[in-house]
Amino acid sequence: MRLQHQAIAGTTESSDIQIMIEPNVENEIAINLDSSVQFQFGKQIKQVIQDTLTKLGVTSANIKAIDRGALDCTVKARTLTAIYRAADVTDEIDWQVID
Amino acid sequence: MQRLRTTMMFLPGMNPAMLRDAGIYGADALMFDLEDAVSPAQKDAARFLVHEALRTLDYGSAETVVRINELETHGRQDIFAMVDAGAQVIRLPKTETPQDIIDVAQVISTAETRLGKPAGSTKMMAAIESAEGVLNAREIAKASDRLVGIALGAEDYVTNLQTKRYPDGQELAFGRAMILHAARAAGIDAIDTVYSDVENEAGFRAEVALIKELGFNGKSVINPRQIPIVKEIFAPTQVEIYQASRVIKGLEEAKAKGSGVISVDGKMVDKPIVERAQRVMQLAAASGLVKQGGNN
Amino acid sequence: MVKNTIGREIPTEFADKYGVFKGAWAKKSAYQTAAAQVHPVQPTDSKLVASIHDVIEKVGLKDGMTISFHHHFREGDYVMNLVLAEIAKMGIKNLSIAPSSIANVHEPLIDYIKSGVVTNITSSGLRDKVGAAISSGIMKNPVVIRSHGGRARAIKAGDIHIDVAFIGAPSTDEYGNINGYHGNAICGSLGYAQVDAKYADRVVAITDNLVPYPNTPISIPQTDVDYIVQVDKIGDPDGIARGATRFTKNPKELIIAEYAAKLIEYSRYFKDGFSFQTGSGGASLAVTRFLKAAMLKHKIKASFAIGGITQPMVELLEEGLVNKLLDVQDFDKRSADSIRENENHYEIDAEMYASPFAKGAVVNQVDVAVLSALEIDTQFNVNVMTGSDGVIRGASGGHCDTAAASKMTVVVAPLIRGRIPTIVDQVNTVITPGESIDVVVTEYGIAINPKRKDLIDALQNLDVPQLTIEALKAKAYAIVGTPQSIVYTDQVVALIEYRDGSLIDVVRKPGEIDE
Repeated sequence: MRLQHQAIAGTTESSDIQIMIEPNVENEIAINLDSSVQFQFGKQIKQVIQDTLTKLGVTSANIKAIDRGALDCTVKARTLTAIYRAADVTDEIDWQVID
Repeated sequence: MQRLRTTMMFLPGMNPAMLRDAGIYGADALMFDLEDAVSPAQKDAARFLVHEALRTLDYGSAETVVRINELETHGRQDIFAMVDAGAQVIRLPKTETPQDIIDVAQVISTAETRLGKPAGSTKMMAAIESAEGVLNAREIAKASDRLVGIALGAEDYVTNLQTKRYPDGQELAFGRAMILHAARAAGIDAIDTVYSDVENEAGFRAEVALIKELGFNGKSVINPRQIPIVKEIFAPTQVEIYQASRVIKGLEEAKAKGSGVISVDGKMVDKPIVERAQRVMQLAAASGLVKQGGNN
Repeated sequence: MVKNTIGREIPTEFADKYGVFKGAWAKKSAYQTAAAQVHPVQPTDSKLVASIHDVIEKVGLKDGMTISFHHHFREGDYVMNLVLAEIAKMGIKNLSIAPSSIANVHEPLIDYIKSGVVTNITSSGLRDKVGAAISSGIMKNPVVIRSHGGRARAIKAGDIHIDVAFIGAPSTDEYGNINGYHGNAICGSLGYAQVDAKYADRVVAITDNLVPYPNTPISIPQTDVDYIVQVDKIGDPDGIARGATRFTKNPKELIIAEYAAKLIEYSRYFKDGFSFQTGSGGASLAVTRFLKAAMLKHKIKASFAIGGITQPMVELLEEGLVNKLLDVQDFDKRSADSIRENENHYEIDAEMYASPFAKGAVVNQVDVAVLSALEIDTQFNVNVMTGSDGVIRGASGGHCDTAAASKMTVVVAPLIRGRIPTIVDQVNTVITPGESIDVVVTEYGIAINPKRKDLIDALQNLDVPQLTIEALKAKAYAIVGTPQSIVYTDQVVALIEYRDGSLIDVVRKPGEIDE
């Protein structure tokens, strides 16, 4: 999937994560994470974001994530939302690919 | 045995903390809301969030219900996402006619086929929130085999009636009676509307007691603190449990003897009494008054 | 490195000096108590001194001495900051401070540590900013964390020798009869300060409320007090006592409290004349409310309740459901008013409350204690000191004292906080050993310590989900994922004394994030 522009999803409330995504001119994935549970789950959160990008075939993106203790399912949902918004895809999502 | 729907807890689809904790409060059903609780700009975000939550979080024995948007707006996408996520029940808002049910049922069928789910596995509920819907309640309740219950949505309903909610609930008397009768005629559940003043425990108690008397299966709740109150009011008394347990014992003895006649203390008991006794024992088990499955 | 009996590694230099934990009741020997210096006061002497500066000179405070403070003013305390500011100005260095606890309001302490005014600390706890600073390694000598009972023991046994105790006095006369019942900075009980007053060589009362002689009731008597200094304000009433402690409305805390209360109601300890302690935290406090309903239902009354006292406990006293309150500290205005007005609400000192080496502390008489926790591990060890990131932010308080002595210790805590699991493989810091914990209560159900077979049998039919502690941990990890362990450096920033004075654990400075 190709990102058209910057997009944002999620909030900075407790147990949520805000994902800001934009096209990357360097043609690579760069993830910048600020998390309230950086010590315990920083790696894991980045992994979930990376896996979600891979699943949707996104190979180039700048991501800035502000995490306030979101579970993996929330990290994934917010990343999906941000990607689809940035790619301007609003209809006919293939749910089985996402799974 | 039939599912209990004494408490159905509303959960805004955009709130990760509430989605995470929803399973701990002992609600019989959890209603994930993609509709009124989610602003138009966040419909996609809530859909993804509830989809992931349903797929990964453990909600135990609670029934998972998702309130979708109307078909004309986001409803179609909601249905595909929720059928994929394995939601047990799709709840349709603002149901006015039986055709509304048929339309949604059709989309669900398409989604089940396309996503490889067993046909008919996704159940439906309908919320009735207008005069038109109330007057059509009987036909709505019978419009699809997928329907397991209908519910009153009072806030929109009283607006439509050109009144507002009053403490005694007189304004809802006709709507409640219609919905209850329609549900019973169709053999499905009737669930009452929310009580939004969480701080007013006395008012909430009075309303729950009223709808229990009317015969509703349960109450929609918007805060976990309302759950124990509903359970307490719906919980059978010790006398009721004792009597019911004797009826069940009679039923089991009759079964063991291969007899169709059930008797307690030598007196014959007919079918409605047995059904009521079964319901009492189920409620008693759910309230922790008797051990699950036991006859006490 | 020496491993104590619960497997925590204690560096040899500290193990040699303090001894290591060998079990909750391992130490039991007679000892000689410490004694305070007395400087007799004669009829023509005045105890009133014009300023903090003057009194510091009068008591002869010098480099290397130990001074103490009490924490009854909590986040509203002005006294410790006032005194340390003056000491710093006077150029005195290398002080040891022994406050009964340290609050956020004591943030200036960080500067006094950095400038060498304060070089040793012993306390029950260290809150957010001060705790984080200590964890970052700003002190050469580790802080010694002592429980409330452990501190009283250490003072009485002479492990802590206080040269000068500075006591914030809500009211005092000019001869030093002090109570916390009257004045602007009302705090109720002065239970922690009473111990300092008895064993310090010099005792200075700092007050903003000098009243005519004799001031009664007398919580700290004139015979223990050397000097009195009057200042504008000793504390901020809003920070000392909240107007009223309200029950939580947090549904998760309520469900935990309900489970805990059901468990207590079902246990054999719940009978007429039982006694209990509940903490001031959300779920712990809410247990009181559910207990009240159970007491009314079964027509049961408690003989006494103890601990930090809050409004809900005062209400139980006034409604006749509890016969007496024994009070070492008050958390709200209502409790501070009650101790003044109700003869059944009685002030006790920290030694009587919780010391392991007293001639029997009140905690020994407690049937049921409800305590909270930051972390609990699968050995039932409890951490109330460091966060999940390994940084100091809590307080030992009376946790290990009450847990060890009461007949049934119930720990209430949410299974997860945000993404942080509360039940873990291994707690970051042990304050209370698992042997003292009988039941853990979470919103997902309870776990009974396997060593309490009697409880497991007795609670079989309790209508609350029951799991093993391992199953609770697995449940937590299933929800949040498996957290990476905190990597620590070798630098020890705090020593955790068990109540008997042995080392149950140490806190090390956390390392950099491994990315």
